[in-house]
Amino acid sequence: MTTDPSPQSPLLDAIGVAKNYGAVAALRNASLSVLPGEVHALMGANGAGKSTLVKILTGAIKADAGRILIHGQQLDVRSPAAARRAGLVPVYQEPALIPDLDVLSNLRLTGTPVEPFRAWVRELGIPDLDIRETARHIPLAILRVLDLARALAVEPDVLLLDEMTAALPANLAEKVLEVVRRQGDAGRSVIFISHRFVEISALCDRATVLRDGSTVGVVDIEPGIEERIVEMMLGTRIEKTRVTARAANDVAVAGGGRPRLSVRNLQLGTKLNDVSFDLANGEVAGVFALEGQGQDELFAALAGSIRPTGGTIDVDGAPAKFSHPSDAIQAGIAYVPGDRAEALAMQRSVRENIALPFSAALRKWGPIRMRREQVVVSSAIARLQIDTRAQGEVQRLSGGNQQKVTIARWIAANARTILCFDPTRGIDVGTKQEIYKLLRELAGQGKSVLFYTSEMEEVQRVCDRVIVIFGGRVVDTFPVEEADEAALMRAAYGLPRGAKADVGILAEVKPGSSAEAAP
Amino acid sequence: MTDIATMPQPVSFGRRIKRFMADRPLIPLIILLIILVVILQILRPGIVNERWLANTAKFAIPLAILAGCQTMTMLTGGIDLSVGTVATMSAFIMATQIVNQDPAVAFLLAMLPAVLIGLVNGIGVGVFRVHPLIMTLGTSLIGTGFLQVYQRTVIASGAKIPDFLNWLGTGVTYGFPNALLLFVPVAVLIVFMLNRTGFGRLLYAVGDNERAARLSGVRYWQVIVALYVLSSLLAGITGLLYIGLIKAPSLSLAEPLVLPSVAAAVIGGTSIFGGRGGYTGTIIGALILTVLTTLLTILQMPEGGRRILFGFIVLFVTAAYLRIVEDR
Repeated sequence: MTTDPSPQSPLLDAIGVAKNYGAVAALRNASLSVLPGEVHALMGANGAGKSTLVKILTGAIKADAGRILIHGQQLDVRSPAAARRAGLVPVYQEPALIPDLDVLSNLRLTGTPVEPFRAWVRELGIPDLDIRETARHIPLAILRVLDLARALAVEPDVLLLDEMTAALPANLAEKVLEVVRRQGDAGRSVIFISHRFVEISALCDRATVLRDGSTVGVVDIEPGIEERIVEMMLGTRIEKTRVTARAANDVAVAGGGRPRLSVRNLQLGTKLNDVSFDLANGEVAGVFALEGQGQDELFAALAGSIRPTGGTIDVDGAPAKFSHPSDAIQAGIAYVPGDRAEALAMQRSVRENIALPFSAALRKWGPIRMRREQVVVSSAIARLQIDTRAQGEVQRLSGGNQQKVTIARWIAANARTILCFDPTRGIDVGTKQEIYKLLRELAGQGKSVLFYTSEMEEVQRVCDRVIVIFGGRVVDTFPVEEADEAALMRAAYGLPRGAKADVGILAEVKPGSSAEAAP
Repeated sequence: MTDIATMPQPVSFGRRIKRFMADRPLIPLIILLIILVVILQILRPGIVNERWLANTAKFAIPLAILAGCQTMTMLTGGIDLSVGTVATMSAFIMATQIVNQDPAVAFLLAMLPAVLIGLVNGIGVGVFRVHPLIMTLGTSLIGTGFLQVYQRTVIASGAKIPDFLNWLGTGVTYGFPNALLLFVPVAVLIVFMLNRTGFGRLLYAVGDNERAARLSGVRYWQVIVALYVLSSLLAGITGLLYIGLIKAPSLSLAEPLVLPSVAAAVIGGTSIFGGRGGYTGTIIGALILTVLTTLLTILQMPEGGRRILFGFIVLFVTAAYLRIVEDR
């Protein structure tokens, strides 16, 4: 069902919205125009400004510039409550029901009418909801559906859905898409944020694409449009970067011997599905994914922080089961989290932080050989060129130096495999370069590195190979020579490799009005 | 002229003092201790003599050891409120068992409840994640209950204080209290443990950032169980020392020391939120509290007034100290 092509006045119109955080521009010039009765996709790569725009539209933060018109009237959306009154109701990724109250009390809290809510819950495929159930005891997938039903029950003019189907099993997702589609038919509008082209093509009429805080295009969804959307999200960057050839000794020793890590059919609830890959000695393997595609869980499982629900991890050919990070460390696998506050004892010295793993095991609780520790720590500090002028407390170091400490710890511990999760997030360019160089050096010494990054550029700078994850699955693996930004972006959005023309997704779904999600 | 131009930026005197004290947090504590002693000497000229010093040390030592238990547990973000009960239990059991038993057997029997309570505390806090405040308060009440049952049902003969404990608790040799024979090794051991052993490092690390410690391979429960057992053992030994000093076994022997032991650790600069502090500060904190008690005693105030003043001074000192030391 397509909307009437004749020009209509938009239901919601955001024009020239800008938002700065200090010197950083989160939004420069974003515009979004939603017609009555349309399902409108909002798209953009990580950091393009989607979430900032959503927060501004729903009154969670205030824009520095720009206008927001609803029904043609300029509106000052000061708070989430004001946004609701104006008819704009969001459903966020995180469940919004208060966990300790039952569903009914949660409804009262927001003044949601109960009967329509129940009707919508049934409509969405949950026939037997006990409205007296405490929200804490309801599974996540159902909670998300309840959030949606609660939003639908107040009959909003504009419904804003953020990655609505992310945590849903297929049958519920199907129902949700169907209901969303019918919202459009009833003359209401939906803003639909998703990374999944399959859903967008099945559901949406038009898409607004953001890049670097600006709206770069508004397109009608029609067969073959994916490629253009990907191009718009990338912008001119396609031409800019070329894969740089590395010095011969930098390239991983190909093949030979069994892999350092061998992951097979790894399963973790709904977050990871059938993930398999190898990590060789002397290689930096990149992991590239959009936010929240299961990469956090993958790294946590490899680091022993959470236990996978299925699949196997082999270390040097022998099966391994990690029930605690210390098990992984025992096997020589160290995890460097992206958030430094997660890895450092902030009030302790650089030396203590680096030496921390040395004391972890029960048999190492005795007297410390201070002289030897000093030597090991100093060499790690020298290797990473950590600025130790403020080494008394790690919290006084700069972000880049803190990040170096988290890595130095595992250099000192001589870990054979390092799992780096976005290690360059929020640090200066100089330190980034140093970290790239260090990771290459480690690989040169025969160590292996698994490197998650959200910046495509880093894949080419650091990795030998890149594994792309989408929706909890490995969707593609390619050598760095083929990993240009367009290829990465396509893969990260779950599009098949190399297909330039119509990939068939749209052709398959569009004719029927039912929103059947392709596998 | 150029001399002036190259001179370092003038820093205000107060600011420099603050910086100095922030780098050496023990200095303001020692100054405070000296001030209190001077006030005492002014109020009662001649009171500060060799005998007084020995006496003060005798009373400060049990407090300082219990405050050591608090320091160690507070470093991990915990607290051990069961030290009073544990000390009382070991003292009471020792005094009653020594009548019919071999001293070694009596000693082992006296330390048994300490180990048990420490183990239960450690498992509760480390494995089941009960808040240390509740956990140790609970075991403390249970321990007191058991002690009452023990008093009514088990003991047939009276109680006596073993000579050795008497000597250790009250004796003075060449002007030095014998209790120092116990205290000095204990203090050296705690300081060494906190600064130079893997276990000490882990106490700080776990208290500062448990997640980071976990990612470094530290198993939280192991550290916590060992910590609370150690804390309880120290409390048990303190009980034996204390009965030699007080000489009257009762069911609430060491209870009055519990909250002062927390206060001594806090005054000594250990953060109740974990990750910061040390034992030397705690020792001075215990001395400060002991001198303060003497000071208030000679003021000849009614008991209620003394307590009120004591409370106010502890609050004021702690607040002022944190202001001085935390150079932000």
